[in-house]
Amino acid sequence: MAGPGGDMQWCFSQVKGAIDDDVAEADIISTVEFNHTGELLATGDKGGRVVIFQQEIENKNQPQFRSEYNVYSTFQSHEPEFDYLKSLEIEEKINKIRWLPQKNAAQFLLSTNDKTIKLWKISERDKRPEGYNLKEDDGRYKDPNSITSLQVPVLIPMDLMVEASPRRVFANAHTYHINSVSVNSDNETYLSADDLRVNLWHLEITDRSFNIVDIKPANMEELTEVITASEFHPHQCNTLVYSSSKGTIRLCDMRASALCDKHSKLFEEPENPSNRSFFSEIISSISDVKFSHNGRYMMTRDYLSVKIWDLNMENRPVETYQVHEYLRSKLCSLYENDCIFDKFECCWNGNDSVVMTGSYNNFFRMFDRGHRRDITLEASRENSKPMQVLKPRKVCTGGKRKKDEISVDSLDFNKKILHTAWHPQDNIIAVATTNNLYIFQDKVN
Amino acid sequence: MNATTAMEVNIEAKRILAVSISKLYASRTQRGGLRLHRSLLLSLVMRSARDIYHSSRECEAPSCAQSAPEEPMETSSSPEEPIRQPEPEPQQATAGSETASDPEEPGSEAEEYDCEITEDKENMSPERQSRKRRGKASAAPDFLPSKRARLEPGEERHAAPLGSCRAGAGDSLTTLSLNRVIPAF
Repeated sequence: MAGPGGDMQWCFSQVKGAIDDDVAEADIISTVEFNHTGELLATGDKGGRVVIFQQEIENKNQPQFRSEYNVYSTFQSHEPEFDYLKSLEIEEKINKIRWLPQKNAAQFLLSTNDKTIKLWKISERDKRPEGYNLKEDDGRYKDPNSITSLQVPVLIPMDLMVEASPRRVFANAHTYHINSVSVNSDNETYLSADDLRVNLWHLEITDRSFNIVDIKPANMEELTEVITASEFHPHQCNTLVYSSSKGTIRLCDMRASALCDKHSKLFEEPENPSNRSFFSEIISSISDVKFSHNGRYMMTRDYLSVKIWDLNMENRPVETYQVHEYLRSKLCSLYENDCIFDKFECCWNGNDSVVMTGSYNNFFRMFDRGHRRDITLEASRENSKPMQVLKPRKVCTGGKRKKDEISVDSLDFNKKILHTAWHPQDNIIAVATTNNLYIFQDKVN
Repeated sequence: MNATTAMEVNIEAKRILAVSISKLYASRTQRGGLRLHRSLLLSLVMRSARDIYHSSRECEAPSCAQSAPEEPMETSSSPEEPIRQPEPEPQQATAGSETASDPEEPGSEAEEYDCEITEDKENMSPERQSRKRRGKASAAPDFLPSKRARLEPGEERHAAPLGSCRAGAGDSLTTLSLNRVIPAF
């Protein structure tokens, strides 16, 4: 993959998480997201916790000094709940985290589980007041008779403390399971989407939300598709898209009407009849949709491929990349072991020239749009020496297996990379395996 | 489609149906409640498998009268055989309204009408769609209430009249899944 100064090579930088092979279910990473500057990297897990890493800005003038991400804050975002009316447990798993653009010294993010969205404020405290007149430093009240003079308390430096506090709780607006949250470019509103509805919220108002998309049929027996992902356009605050389990994407314009049930654009590629099978419907279900940073394209991920759509062309994608086509003949086994239901995400790099998505066996794939090249890399502890260059991996689809190739039957389907994120400006990527977070950087020549 | 391929497809469809049903039931005990998306995908696979299962059996039926898959059909339809004789008379009216001109048609009509009556007896009121009963009936593909008329050699299968148990049984599988899936919502 060519970049300035020759081919890009990815090197191991860090890995976060337990080394244990025995994975505790609560530690399973369920979402990964860089903030808008890339300085902060947030992860959410199945246990409802959010862990934020901060990049230590080391000497940027000497690029060979790699800046590391270290734990900045950890907090319990969501707890398990019980819906007594329906006798249903509500999982605390964090489905999505989205950062708000920074407005002041504090950082804000939205985190959501299946039913409730929360706005968290993450702020730093590095000074504390000392020298109160009525209190001792340890908090005990002074004997008033012993006070003979007045002093002005001073702020003295202290060890950095990072506090996370829930500022808003947006609850009770979703009957079905929330799959997406997206902050609008107006920085005032955001959307949340569940299987059948998309709601619009104002960040300041928690007791009300507007329903802008509702695809619930009058008779649930006629249900044929659900909403799988939704996102606001990065620049046009009136535009949003939502993807469906049928492989279609609808673009809606909120200026057209209050209820956006009628789409402005419908993106759909006709199905290739030669690929028809029992499982055609499942594998065409879109698991993720992401606008490009420039707002001209959007990317969708279905089970076997990544598609890039031009917003001006609805009848087919402009680019299609096969992630793991060798799995097409294994769909029946993947159905039996539930892997066919895995929801892979995808992401763009900062300048929209490369896209990335995960696969099985802890493989992840990058597609260089400009140079029409792709690469498969692996996140594993074996390749985790500092600055070790990652070797491209190859899956052998049949016939003689070459050296260093891995055959399809040897792939470990329990090791899946569902969540990946790319730094908004630099070539730094975060890749989540089941319970570990790998950070890779492009080797600077 | 020849008989062997039809049989393979049939077996495959049956297997996928069995796997899907067990997944559907397993998802009811999952933490976080029923996932609508997953349940929908499962029901779509089940529907495809059911359609292929039935259409591959149709292909088999004319070509091999005594083949294995026919066996369960014969045993299940034998109790209905004796009833078949007295029934044709009241069925003439029903048969008359059908487009079928095949003299065997009243026989198969009777078969299906029998099934409907039997089913009605089971369910008391067809409109009510007793979920419990249907759930037991479709617990596993081998017990699929495929109360289709046993065809005489040379007989053709015509479109099932409205309210026939075949349509009822076939639809019930998917209706069942969606009905069972959706109730909590």
